[in-house]
Amino acid sequence: MTTLSAPAGTRRRRTKGQPAGIWTATPFTKIVLAVTIVISAFPLYWMIVIASRTNGDATDVPPPFLPGGNLGENIQRVLSNPDAHYMTGLTNSLIIAVAVTASVVLISTFAGFAFARLRFKGGKILLLLVLVTMMVPLQQMGIVPLYRVMVSLGWVGSIKAVIMPYLLNGFGVFLMTQYTDQAVPNELVEAARVDGASTLRIWFNVVLPAVRPGMAVLGINTFMLTWNDFMWPLLVLTPDNPTVQVAINSLNAKYGTDYVLIFSGTLMSILPLIVVFIAFGRQIIGGLMEGAVKA
Amino acid sequence: MSLHVDAGQPTRAPVPPDRRHVRRNSPRSFRTWLDLKAAPYLLVSPYYLLFLLFGLFPLGFTLYYAFFTYDLTGTVEWTGVGNFTGLLSDSAFWKAVVNTLGMFAIATVPQMLLALLLADALNKRFKGQLFVRMGVLLPLVTSVVAVAVVFTQLYGRDWGLINWVLSWFGADPVSWKTERIPSWLAIATMIDWRWTGYNAIIFLAGMQTIPRDLYEAASIDGASRRRQFWQITVPMLRPTMIFVVLNSTIGGLTLFAEPTTFYNGNVHGGTDSQFQTVSMFIFEQGFREFDYGYASAAAWLLFLLILIGSLINFLLVRRIGGNK
Repeated sequence: MTTLSAPAGTRRRRTKGQPAGIWTATPFTKIVLAVTIVISAFPLYWMIVIASRTNGDATDVPPPFLPGGNLGENIQRVLSNPDAHYMTGLTNSLIIAVAVTASVVLISTFAGFAFARLRFKGGKILLLLVLVTMMVPLQQMGIVPLYRVMVSLGWVGSIKAVIMPYLLNGFGVFLMTQYTDQAVPNELVEAARVDGASTLRIWFNVVLPAVRPGMAVLGINTFMLTWNDFMWPLLVLTPDNPTVQVAINSLNAKYGTDYVLIFSGTLMSILPLIVVFIAFGRQIIGGLMEGAVKA
Repeated sequence: MSLHVDAGQPTRAPVPPDRRHVRRNSPRSFRTWLDLKAAPYLLVSPYYLLFLLFGLFPLGFTLYYAFFTYDLTGTVEWTGVGNFTGLLSDSAFWKAVVNTLGMFAIATVPQMLLALLLADALNKRFKGQLFVRMGVLLPLVTSVVAVAVVFTQLYGRDWGLINWVLSWFGADPVSWKTERIPSWLAIATMIDWRWTGYNAIIFLAGMQTIPRDLYEAASIDGASRRRQFWQITVPMLRPTMIFVVLNSTIGGLTLFAEPTTFYNGNVHGGTDSQFQTVSMFIFEQGFREFDYGYASAAAWLLFLLILIGSLINFLLVRRIGGNK
């Protein structure tokens, strides 16, 4: 019964019967959009072309423009490559992304409820602190001490070292504060309070059902960001226990001119994201647009 | 706070609160206290705990490290501001700064203009809106490493598609990796390919909050569409633009994955460091040379750079479209 649609992005924008006027798409508009989509899709198409060819084809001039028939064989080569540990990388990336997403969404939903609907001393200052830290590139600033902490904990080489720092997500807290503020009427919380519900129960029975769409948006975004991150996993993981991005990097570093090998690995690494994107495209776009207007 | 913005109706009917609980007025004062006073703090505590551990603590220690010299043998020595003065007279550091700023400028200016143009097009009425928006956003879903791998091949000197196209116009093959400005251009296109659509979607969201009667009034007054775009859309978009530009500034000045992948996963940034960014410099100093102090000092200088860059861009954007 619950649909995942985010409110703002999917709202009807124009009233019916309004004259078209300046809002009609001109041929120029259509050309701009068509060219954009071609440019957006081309590198992905190119990935498929090269990944399904041989290295001989890849270095042809003029280059090939249609997919060939070697995709299966190339994927086999990636999976059996002794330097990439590709399947380990894929599994690690999945575990990391799922763990980070689940925790970030939960932590943010808790904090968002407190900031949006509970009054407490210092709340506004704490929220301001979140906004300020969102602007600081913590990952890059603190990379040296963070790394040394991981060394002394003995976590280097383990995916724990990747998961823990990613649980810190100011944007998530900000987003869920906004969402709760808009999706959960104050009267509802008050009413539940009068009826004797505890704070935790209000969170579970009143807030949680109402903010589920916001959680979905945050979840999808967090999953994509975590899946794609590169610098930190490159530092704290070893090539024999990589994330998928680090695995591609190993291929790239060792087999620089073996294009079909690298492209096949790359293609496989983005497939999960493309699937998520096609399934939840409407929510992702809605969430992005909503977050932007509020910021 | 200025955080409240109305954004549509709540999406689901609330669950009726549980009525089994009896009113609380009895001696359970501790539980009442816990529920009313402590609960908000408990709810926000996980975030701040993590912030303390993985945000504030490393940040503080970065500053502390910056005053020491570390070397491969494990010797640690106090140097005061030695790392900072060393960096300021280190030509490799300055090269990285210039590279970072150069790539940032080459990438950002066209990106903003293209994103504005694209957002304006997306704001028109046409069929298949969701499909088009998804098409525009497709690059964002692709991982940075994947983008860099594909573009690196496209920019290949001998067999790359780009040089092949350029050869139609009689151009000699460009050595995108070894020459400084071409390498910046190649990396800038990777950034723009990935982020222009995203920024356009953000601009679009901003455009949709501009009251439509402004345009209707302008049309009646005979203002052309182009004029309306520059005189209404762009000035009204200023808040969104500030958000987008600040985001791009932070992202652009901390650039790492694209140039690293462009040089096959090496943080040196080309044979002559011609496209090494400050982030790569920090990584190299910290984890290839193991001079933690030098790297930490560089991290603080990067932060300073981001602050200055953000401030300048903020002031620039605020002036866009006059001071109406």
